[in-house]
Amino acid sequence: MIIRGDEPEQIALLKKLYPKGNYFMQGDEAIAYGAIFAGCRFYAGYPITPASEIAETMARELPKVRGYYIQMEDEIGSIAAIIGASWTGLKSMTATSGPGFSLMQENLGYAIMTETPIVVVDVQRSGPSTGQATKGAQGDFFQARWGTHGDHPIVAISPISVEDSFWETIRAFNISEKLRIPVVLLADGVIGHTREQIRIPDPEEVEIVYRKLPKNEKEAKYPFGDVDGSLVPPMPLFGHGYFTHVTGSTHKETGLRDVYTPEVHIKLVNRLHKKIKKHEKEIEKWEEYFTDDMEILVISWGVSARPSLGAVLKAREEGIKVGLFIPKTVHPFPGKKVKELAKKVRAIIVPEMNLGQLILEVQRYVNDDVILKGVNKIGGVPLTVEEILREIRGV
Amino acid sequence: MAKEIYTRYKMAKYLRKEALPTALCPGCGGGTVLNAFANAIDQLKIDPRDLVVVSGIGCSAWIASPYFLADTLHTTHGRAIAFATGVKVGLPDKKVVVISGDGDLAGIGGNHLIHAARRNIDITVILVNNFIYGMTGGQVAPTTPFGAKTTTTPYRNIEHPLNIAEVVAEAGASYVARWTTAHVYQLIESIKKALQVKGFSLVEVISQCPVQFGRRNKMKEPSEMLRWFMKNSVPISKAKNMSPEELEDKFIIGEFVSRQRPEFTEELNKLIDEVAEQFGLGDEDAD
Repeated sequence: MIIRGDEPEQIALLKKLYPKGNYFMQGDEAIAYGAIFAGCRFYAGYPITPASEIAETMARELPKVRGYYIQMEDEIGSIAAIIGASWTGLKSMTATSGPGFSLMQENLGYAIMTETPIVVVDVQRSGPSTGQATKGAQGDFFQARWGTHGDHPIVAISPISVEDSFWETIRAFNISEKLRIPVVLLADGVIGHTREQIRIPDPEEVEIVYRKLPKNEKEAKYPFGDVDGSLVPPMPLFGHGYFTHVTGSTHKETGLRDVYTPEVHIKLVNRLHKKIKKHEKEIEKWEEYFTDDMEILVISWGVSARPSLGAVLKAREEGIKVGLFIPKTVHPFPGKKVKELAKKVRAIIVPEMNLGQLILEVQRYVNDDVILKGVNKIGGVPLTVEEILREIRGV
Repeated sequence: MAKEIYTRYKMAKYLRKEALPTALCPGCGGGTVLNAFANAIDQLKIDPRDLVVVSGIGCSAWIASPYFLADTLHTTHGRAIAFATGVKVGLPDKKVVVISGDGDLAGIGGNHLIHAARRNIDITVILVNNFIYGMTGGQVAPTTPFGAKTTTTPYRNIEHPLNIAEVVAEAGASYVARWTTAHVYQLIESIKKALQVKGFSLVEVISQCPVQFGRRNKMKEPSEMLRWFMKNSVPISKAKNMSPEELEDKFIIGEFVSRQRPEFTEELNKLIDEVAEQFGLGDEDAD
């Protein structure tokens, strides 16, 4: 049994097609190339600004590595198709923006319940509704976390630059494959459309994770059990004679539906949560600057992280003791770390391109004696260094 | 008792025994469809290992999933064909079959249905049309006849039903047929043809739901519904010479379309071969 994209000749092919070196490209393109390096060989999507360049790049590049591109009739069909493809052993991705992400939410839940590894990219744009279709924003923080119904875990990653988009897409695939969970890449229209220099590595430099497959018939009989104590069951792929039954309804370890026994539901949903909880340390990732001697802490994510760093550097020049914390994994949120850092400071500033979303998550880990202040900007224009610096000076 | 019944059933080898007995109501046409499908698979000698069955939500979605012993993907409401599209691209050499109801495939999933037909992807769809949302409690469906009573049209249905087979034929499918559960042998033959056709195929099966539809429309017994099908079925060849007025409330049965068109996964792989040859490995020496 083979996961496609894993063949030895693929490395030589990637080397030939994308020789290592510096490239100038958009964030959207970097996401597409990251996906190809991660082994993604199936993309289904529906065009939407500002995510369309991901589809366009995939349509052009995937056939070169013997991968499949398909433009579906809508976003619901797109996520459905990549879930179907994932069960045949193809690493699969779709990309969209806020409105399309809303449409995908039901099947995002399906992928969680059926433990299907997929990557869903949301290149955030301004909302609500059609909003400013061409403008970036960071308003989908909670849509990624709580968009689908029911009690569910989710992993969401947010890149901070074009080069970061390449690497974080690879990480999204790796987490998704390792834990059999859909991973959301919360990009945004600003980075998506910004062109920057990025370094494309040799494919050997890239660590790639492939999903665990059943070692024998016996393991394949329990596609939703815990056969080896890792809480992540091996995934019996379709087409290999295992007669696997997959359903989004509450199911037993064998996959057969049982919606009447409370214990079956409790066990299944708790395991889904536990497997993420157990691997939280490996999932969580962040960047820290000047947190040793700080009195003020800036916490920022995605597109707002870099102007935040600019502001922190300038403030340091002025002698203000300020640190910076950038969560790359926004869900599960590295709350323990924030709690630890929050104890050291008298004020926390949270810059983001929305009216205050990450700040609500931060608030849960901060004591009342710390001043907590958001720097919020909507309208489609990213935060500037000066706007953030002003707030740092002010607290 | 139940065990004895299914072990004596010749097609039992195709069923997932631990999932039995079925959840279908007594008198439901779903059993006939399952039987016809199993017989078609048996007659074509298709190894169930070469089969992936996908379904959506509702009574008809249960017909082959979980009951059919193959890889089965039971998906969200209306999306079976979109899921199946991904499965077929990943496994172009396997038979990918969608079995689901009219509400699922033609109502909420109508968009996927017409676009899969347009794309002509090699998926066989068996659409069980019972004119009603059965499992949800007998609400009006996009196929409910004009004037019929349902739980959400308690006075009468004032909407016109969708002619699924005609729409899908028009959308570009390679093979489209319609039968009723009273035409079992023709149904088996059509399912066999649909499975062998390279391209999108649809077999619409008009099926009885005595519990939710019949009961509210003066056909409480399954047999009454089957008699209604027999009495009102018109072969497509005969229908061609009949006026729209004469065809009102009739079920046109037979093959609507049977043709060859370029198939999606084949074209996709052809394209990949072309591109891979242009950009792929092995031409270093030529440079």
